[in-house]
Amino acid sequence: MFFTYLGRELRRRARQALVIALGLALGIGLAITVSSASDGVKAAQTDVLKSLYGVGTDITVTQPATRGSGGAQSFGFSGQAQTTTGTKTTTASQDTARVAMGSGTLATTTLTKVKALSGVSDAVGSLSLTDFNVSGKLTQSFTQAPSTTGSTGSTGRSDRSGSGYGGGSGGGFRAGGPSGNFSFNQTTMQGVDVSDMTIGPMSSVTLASGRELSAADSSAAVAVVNSSYATQQNIKVGATETLGGTKFTVVGIVTTSSDEDYFLPLAEAQKISSETGKVTTVYVKAASSTQISAVASEIGKTASGATVSTSAQLADSVSGSLSSTASLLTNLGRWLVIGVLAAAFLIAALLTMSAVGRRTREFGTLKAIGWTSRRVVRQVLGESIVTGLIGGVLGIGLGFAGALVIDKVAPQLTAAASTSSASTTTGGFGGGGGASRFRKPANDITVHLTAPVHLNILLIAVALAVLGGLIAGALGGWRASSLRPADALSKVA
Amino acid sequence: MYEISGLTKVYDGKRKGEKVHALQGVDVVIPDNDMLAIQGPTGHGKSTLLQLLGGLDRPSGGSLKFDGQELAKMGEMQLTKLRAQNFGYIFQGFNLIPTLTAQENVETALVPLGIPATERRERAVRALTEVGLGERLGHLQTELSGGQQQRVAIARALVKEPKVILADEPTGNLDEETRDDIFALLERLWAERGLTVIMVTHDSALSKRVPRLAQIKHGKLTIKRERVDG
Repeated sequence: MFFTYLGRELRRRARQALVIALGLALGIGLAITVSSASDGVKAAQTDVLKSLYGVGTDITVTQPATRGSGGAQSFGFSGQAQTTTGTKTTTASQDTARVAMGSGTLATTTLTKVKALSGVSDAVGSLSLTDFNVSGKLTQSFTQAPSTTGSTGSTGRSDRSGSGYGGGSGGGFRAGGPSGNFSFNQTTMQGVDVSDMTIGPMSSVTLASGRELSAADSSAAVAVVNSSYATQQNIKVGATETLGGTKFTVVGIVTTSSDEDYFLPLAEAQKISSETGKVTTVYVKAASSTQISAVASEIGKTASGATVSTSAQLADSVSGSLSSTASLLTNLGRWLVIGVLAAAFLIAALLTMSAVGRRTREFGTLKAIGWTSRRVVRQVLGESIVTGLIGGVLGIGLGFAGALVIDKVAPQLTAAASTSSASTTTGGFGGGGGASRFRKPANDITVHLTAPVHLNILLIAVALAVLGGLIAGALGGWRASSLRPADALSKVA
Repeated sequence: MYEISGLTKVYDGKRKGEKVHALQGVDVVIPDNDMLAIQGPTGHGKSTLLQLLGGLDRPSGGSLKFDGQELAKMGEMQLTKLRAQNFGYIFQGFNLIPTLTAQENVETALVPLGIPATERRERAVRALTEVGLGERLGHLQTELSGGQQQRVAIARALVKEPKVILADEPTGNLDEETRDDIFALLERLWAERGLTVIMVTHDSALSKRVPRLAQIKHGKLTIKRERVDG
């Protein structure tokens, strides 16, 4: 009888039930979409943090760059004394590895001290470098100039004007304007602790081909390459790459959202950059999550002058459109969901109470023939909960549709970590024609927003649907229970 | 069955502080298997008395005993149980549940008694057959005539085998021919089942046919005609 009566009543009031269900569906659908988008943003943030700081890193320690360090890169080419007239071509190349701009270095003794601190489960160091490779030819014509005093060719600069090249030429030669064709390559690389890759930058990479670095590679000139860079530059496993003037064999290609182009053993990175005993970042894993703050504080005392960032601070440091989206979803999204749900609940409650009001005689009659108030309330509640569940099912459909739209559109979000300085590069180099392979600023990561719908979100949706039904049903039931059975008679007396 | 003495009912009026004395000391005894019609002008307390007799409302004063139990002293649950077991109601407007079929409407009277679904169906079918609607079990209210709807209401009142049938203008919405049919049905059931039937009516033709007639004026009841057995 309960279900028969319930089903028939819902059919009789199908339009009203549909209005209530659609209201709830809208709120629930929005809640699912916003929640799944929030989950997507959280996943993106986690990905960004993983790529920036590795998996399992609770704290990072960095050294701010000191003023004057990491300035503009300069190059010098040596010329020879000019003794004849005609055209002279100078071939030059230079490959140097320097600590990444904006980064300072920490002594490995600091790493050792950090490792020894209580509450520290693990700590590794890494060295971020930038490799500058310049190569090309400089061509210049000379004519006889008897009245001048000869001098040796001076140093060429990466100066676009180039007209002042040399003060003259030995034995009275006058130099014409130089022209050059240079190739300027800048790549990023990171020296990693190959003896422990459970935390730090290598913990979040996935092997695409070849092999990963291992402890046996600690003093070997080997490197693994970021797959996106490898694709761009057509680098294969087994290739030889010159980094900081040293030839490295590529042993693997790895997939990572990190901006580093190459990963090489820490000792090799220190060697090519002449930064022996130095690291730029220390990655620390705390023994337990409750100890992170205390450990960070201890590290701050141990590594005086260093910047100590906890995972929470690291998350906060992520800026860009990803951060804006997270903020939008957290603030506007949450309040929008609450507002729509509240409105849906209110509409459901008002319509249910109004429906009960129209059924006064019906409920009065049932009470007159012996139905208890509880049974009448149960009937009203049942109808409301089923309406709520219909709304829930529709809402889940709407939510999935919303999430699907986000997945299909996959809005592109960028994230940048403000704790690390981005090194920007400007293009063009003397004389023109330079083939540069510049990349986006370091630590600027692009992710696509997804909206994964998890089971817990669906459970929350069902709970919201039942809650909406319960609220409406409780108010309607309260009104029904307060009806006097005598109303059934008085209506027709 | 009913022993009523000094029964009063006072309602709050529409204006502040106003009191409406619907019943002003009703004294009457209604024995088992009585058939009593109560007449009276509108607003003089007929329906109020019927509500009190059916345990739908509580008196303001006096005594109202049903089978020796004082209704005014009963708790809400006790009264509900009493209504479910002993009283069958017939309303002027039939008061059927519009979404339920004739059979399901009759079953609603058995739901509070905790009777299993199969037995409920069987008893509802029997009751509807008895009132001549065996062929209309699956019809909705809208598919039945006024007389048929009132027959469904009578079947609903009878199906639980109550001691008392309380009818508020049971023929008020029916044409003359149907009225006679319905009253004949009530008379037959009253005679066959030994029920007590109390009805409120304006219909003088109906009043003439009942064994016992009472009148209410200004909240006071007077017996106009006593039952003559034999």
